[in-house]
Amino acid sequence: MTKSERLQALQRRIGEAAGDAVLTSSIELGELTVDLAVEELHETCKKLHSGENFAFDTLIDVCGVDYLDYRKEAGEEWTQPRFAVVYHLLSTSRNQRLRLRVFVEESSPMVDSVIDIWKSADWFEREAFDLYGILFKGHPDLRRILTDYGFVGHPFRKDFPLSGHVEMRYDEEKGRVVYQPVSIEPRVLVPRVIREEGYGG
Amino acid sequence: MAEIHNYTLNFGPQHPAAHGVLRLVLEMDGEVIQRADPHIGLLHRATEKLAESKPYNQSIGYMDRLDYVSMMSNEHAYVLAIEKMLGVDVPLRAQYIRVMFDEITRILNHLLWLAGHGLDIGAMTMFLYCFREREDLMDIYEAVSGARLHATYYRPGGVYRDLPDRMPQYEPSKWHNQKEVDRMNENRQGSVLDFIWDFTERFPAHVDEYETLLTDNRIWKQRTVGIGVVSPERAKNLGFTGPMLRGSGVEWDLRKKQPYEVYDRLDFDIPVGTNGDTYDRYLVRMEEFRQSNRIIRQCVEWLRNNHGAVMVEDHKIVPPRREAMKHDMEALIHHFKLFTEGFCVPEGQAYAAVEHPKGEFGIYLVSDGANKPYRVKIRAPGFAHLSALDEMSNGHMLADVVAIIGTQDIVFGEVDR
Repeated sequence: MTKSERLQALQRRIGEAAGDAVLTSSIELGELTVDLAVEELHETCKKLHSGENFAFDTLIDVCGVDYLDYRKEAGEEWTQPRFAVVYHLLSTSRNQRLRLRVFVEESSPMVDSVIDIWKSADWFEREAFDLYGILFKGHPDLRRILTDYGFVGHPFRKDFPLSGHVEMRYDEEKGRVVYQPVSIEPRVLVPRVIREEGYGG
Repeated sequence: MAEIHNYTLNFGPQHPAAHGVLRLVLEMDGEVIQRADPHIGLLHRATEKLAESKPYNQSIGYMDRLDYVSMMSNEHAYVLAIEKMLGVDVPLRAQYIRVMFDEITRILNHLLWLAGHGLDIGAMTMFLYCFREREDLMDIYEAVSGARLHATYYRPGGVYRDLPDRMPQYEPSKWHNQKEVDRMNENRQGSVLDFIWDFTERFPAHVDEYETLLTDNRIWKQRTVGIGVVSPERAKNLGFTGPMLRGSGVEWDLRKKQPYEVYDRLDFDIPVGTNGDTYDRYLVRMEEFRQSNRIIRQCVEWLRNNHGAVMVEDHKIVPPRREAMKHDMEALIHHFKLFTEGFCVPEGQAYAAVEHPKGEFGIYLVSDGANKPYRVKIRAPGFAHLSALDEMSNGHMLADVVAIIGTQDIVFGEVDR
């Protein structure tokens, strides 16, 4: 079987095994992406991990995506839920990859943790919480991981400015480090543009 | 009877054995580790967020600064992801050059790992030996890109320049007279490929030299055998990749299993361990030295006999030649558009991974069709490895934590991003 046939077979099997949990699934650029319903994520992951003809034994990556400004420059508006959590799975025995994606609303950004299935989810979920404020239900130790102790906000959200809100300096008089509002002016050197297909001939 | 309490020990972030800026909070029962809580993020530079604010090509330099001891491998994953979305086919010669430099980078990385790991657990000489060989490899980096570390050599569509015909030579100075300089220039008389070939002739003997010092050394074995044992199932569950996974006996290498570039045309073997301890991971990496050396030799032979382009000719993504710009209006426009706006990548998402010296280094790219990425997620192998430090060091002595940090081959540029 060729690689694309194997992917299509996998897509079919996931459709059968997960049933209603699968919202959409597509194969693009030789990669299978499956969008799942949030409530069904944990149950589906269990099947994908231990099911004999899935055997996704490694969780390669978990990351958050903030779709707030998606295609804003083309004048379009994002209508689906704002945040997505993307899981990259790998099966070393079957030599296949799979991408799972769940969307969560800004008002309740809550996903079930998969840490009991793959231990590697531990830090990846902490990172997604730190940078996007997505909560993982069932994670035993959901602390910030990359940002500073006492950091306020979730820096990778699209409405968080690149230069941040506060800067830190040593105050000679007080004899300690103080935080103050940033003094740098934000600037854009190359504007963000979306060109139509075949632009410029 | 006196009451004995566990106590908490702060290790790092300035401790030399913490390999950069790792702060470990260790809960100890006497000398034995009960719990290890790594605090990371002291080197966090928000590379992914910065990449969202720049045209695609301007972030290649940031990739060098992730894992700053295996620069070109990081670039490779990033340009592969862009090429996948653009649908670009890279010229064969560029693919061979990339593979050759990936392997040079693997040797560079493993040399630094061996130097640091050795120094951490008492083998001072390793540090000096390894840096001697690193010098030659960094000269090769410098010859092709002009920079010894942060090369920015790979570009979407190929590599920046073809290999130079002449290896740069030393010149006499007040520290080195003509006679010394002549001796230093002996193997630099030919092209860069000749210099690389000369290196591969010498290198296996150097690896033997390291192995004489360590492999059967009683002290080395006492410090590494049975330390940080990870079973194959556990290694997969913890998200291990690269030598960390192969040390546990899982034969998994992207170069073999999901070949990219020209790895499927080359002849090399994948070493695996059996016990999954620090010593086995050491042996795996030592064998990777020799296998990388083999791959480099095959690439040099191919590159000597086959010439051609090293960049695609599509000027929508690759700048035109400077001479062409002098008389061709279209070339001038292409150049202007590329450097003021960059190229737009079709809407979609892609994940590209390479077998980085430390494991699977992947880039997950989301594009909304703009000239800047919408989201770049960097999957760093060290991040997953370090998250397993607690499990690996549990029940070991304090001194073993240093050996485990060493065997994980942690570099904070990629862990903190």
